[in-house]
Amino acid sequence: MSSSPLVQIRQTLADPGLQSAIYSSTGRLVEKRRQAISEGDPAEFERWREQAHQIKRHTLENLDYYLELLEKRLTARGVQVVWAKDGGEVADFILRLAREKNARLIVKSKSMTTEEINLTERLEEAGIEAVETDLGEYIVQLAGERPSHIVAPALHKTRYQIGDLFHERLGVERETVPEKQTLIARRTLREKFLAADIGITGANFLVAEAGLAVVVENEGNARLSSSLPRVHIVIAGIEKVIPRTADLAIFLKLLGRSATGQPLTVYTSLLGGPRRPGETDGPEEVHLVLLDNGRTRVLADRAKRQSLYCIRCGACLNHCPVYRKIGGHSYPWVYSGPIGAIITPQFHGILEQGWLPYASSLCGACAEVCPVKIDIPQILLDLRWETVKAKVREDTNRLERWAFGVWAWVMCRPRIYELASLMSSAITTSEGDGWLKSVPALFNLGPIRNWLSQRDLPPPPAKTFRQLWRERAGGGAR
Amino acid sequence: MSRDFILHRVRTAVGRRAAQAPAAPPEVELRVPELPLERRIAMFSAALEKLGGSTLVAASAEEARASAGRLLAGRRAVASNVPLLAELGLTALEGVQSGFSTALELRQALERADVGMTGADYALADTGSLVLLSSAFEPRLISLLPPIHLAVVSRDRLLTNLDELVKVLPDPAALTSALVIITGPSRTADIEQILVRGVHGPREVHVLLV
Repeated sequence: MSSSPLVQIRQTLADPGLQSAIYSSTGRLVEKRRQAISEGDPAEFERWREQAHQIKRHTLENLDYYLELLEKRLTARGVQVVWAKDGGEVADFILRLAREKNARLIVKSKSMTTEEINLTERLEEAGIEAVETDLGEYIVQLAGERPSHIVAPALHKTRYQIGDLFHERLGVERETVPEKQTLIARRTLREKFLAADIGITGANFLVAEAGLAVVVENEGNARLSSSLPRVHIVIAGIEKVIPRTADLAIFLKLLGRSATGQPLTVYTSLLGGPRRPGETDGPEEVHLVLLDNGRTRVLADRAKRQSLYCIRCGACLNHCPVYRKIGGHSYPWVYSGPIGAIITPQFHGILEQGWLPYASSLCGACAEVCPVKIDIPQILLDLRWETVKAKVREDTNRLERWAFGVWAWVMCRPRIYELASLMSSAITTSEGDGWLKSVPALFNLGPIRNWLSQRDLPPPPAKTFRQLWRERAGGGAR
Repeated sequence: MSRDFILHRVRTAVGRRAAQAPAAPPEVELRVPELPLERRIAMFSAALEKLGGSTLVAASAEEARASAGRLLAGRRAVASNVPLLAELGLTALEGVQSGFSTALELRQALERADVGMTGADYALADTGSLVLLSSAFEPRLISLLPPIHLAVVSRDRLLTNLDELVKVLPDPAALTSALVIITGPSRTADIEQILVRGVHGPREVHVLLV
């Protein structure tokens, strides 16, 4: 986790190039989604959203059953199923397997779950080359950064920066045309694919009854990762399971449209295990790693459990007025935007990143576009409440408590209250437009100044309610 | 063991006992409109064209050979061992290699090939998708490694949509180790959301409906 989000946010806001990159890319994604939905039947889309929500709810309420069913089906078809409590256990398993297979090169296709546990870094530390093969992820890896968007990892970069990056890191001519840049990546990565010993992918869905790992993509790198190397490892969070292949139809239609405005993404792979007798290609071994890493903790909270419904489409990021200004790198964890704001505190502890639930205007756009209807604004409110409770418990809110103490004391004493409200009218002056832009220096301190620097207040009325009341009563109006 | 630890935590979280049967999952409504074949062909071809692919329709084996021949134009092609391709005489076209049975031979031929020629088990009209089930006849890599993919599909395999596919194939792994739905050429928009075709997979997809 990065240490100071404020520094990153200020840098992002002060960088016009970055501002326009984030704003225009997310804007295009919003427009593509809108078009895809309006070209179809919007009422149908709503029906899918509701069904997807119900399916996710049912599956999570019976998660142990579906996980065991999935395991049974996959094991019967020769897949080894491995359970991992955290990233350390995932890395241990892969390193053990890599040693066993004498593997030196691993190709990876884009997976937020592996980002979540810093898998690439863990493997590289152990001396294994792990190459990201999704174009955006490859760019981010070459730059030594982390993805800034769930679906479009290099969204924060311009093609000129990418031209420089390829030139510096790959020793190729400086190219600024995306087609040519893509070709450079294709050639470089094709070599890696052909030489790789192990391929790692995530999974968008795991179908329990049919025993399938489903991987969705546009480029073909996940297909290569799961077809070329002798060993294929799928890494997926335990919440990715759905009951039946029929459910998959609903989710695939929602995911493509919500993420990139495609009725279906280019490649949807339904993987059922290693190559079978007679087949000329495909992996000889397939392993599925089921990762907890905090998910069971979220599962235990009935009200916020729906945070686990997320299918990582990124629509809430693209539509979020906060994300569109501060970008993905301002968020402390790999999951950014509204979904990041609700799952990060739940995975890492409420006080670890207590500001996150407040980084929202509660406009509700995220909930409106969420393909599985997660009530993100409500969860943000719940988290705010929990943050306050935790602060009280930990006694870290002394200033706030003192302020409310003073307020309560004043409110219980009518004469002092009256004096205070008369004073506020006397010492403040409003601007020409009638709004209060500043308050007297005496009050313009610390947190109050920060709060006021972004807000104008309505001025106190010329006469207080009590004054008006007395005038009316004195004039005998009634 | 992590398995039992995680399952225990899951059960505690949701309040279930081991081996407790769940209620039936919610009904999923799949919709498959009845459309005549001509309509489905038109839909398929329009959807694929929008994605940058093309559809050729052939009424006879002769027409199929002529269409494929024009597309190949003598380029190096690798064809899968699906019976349909040989039956139509497509594997005998100039420049076409077929009949690979080892992984190494196949991979080496594919690295040099311009075109990969495959069958397809199904096609989906409303999205312009191809559905390929990998098998001893149909390897995974022919539709993936060369820059151009030519798929030959029998028109009676043209389904209406994804809903129909999951109705027809509720348990794909019973038939194949890998099913892939291919919807247009490989693409990316990772650089400034600008569309580029042909990233890791083919930049061109052509479908011959026979």
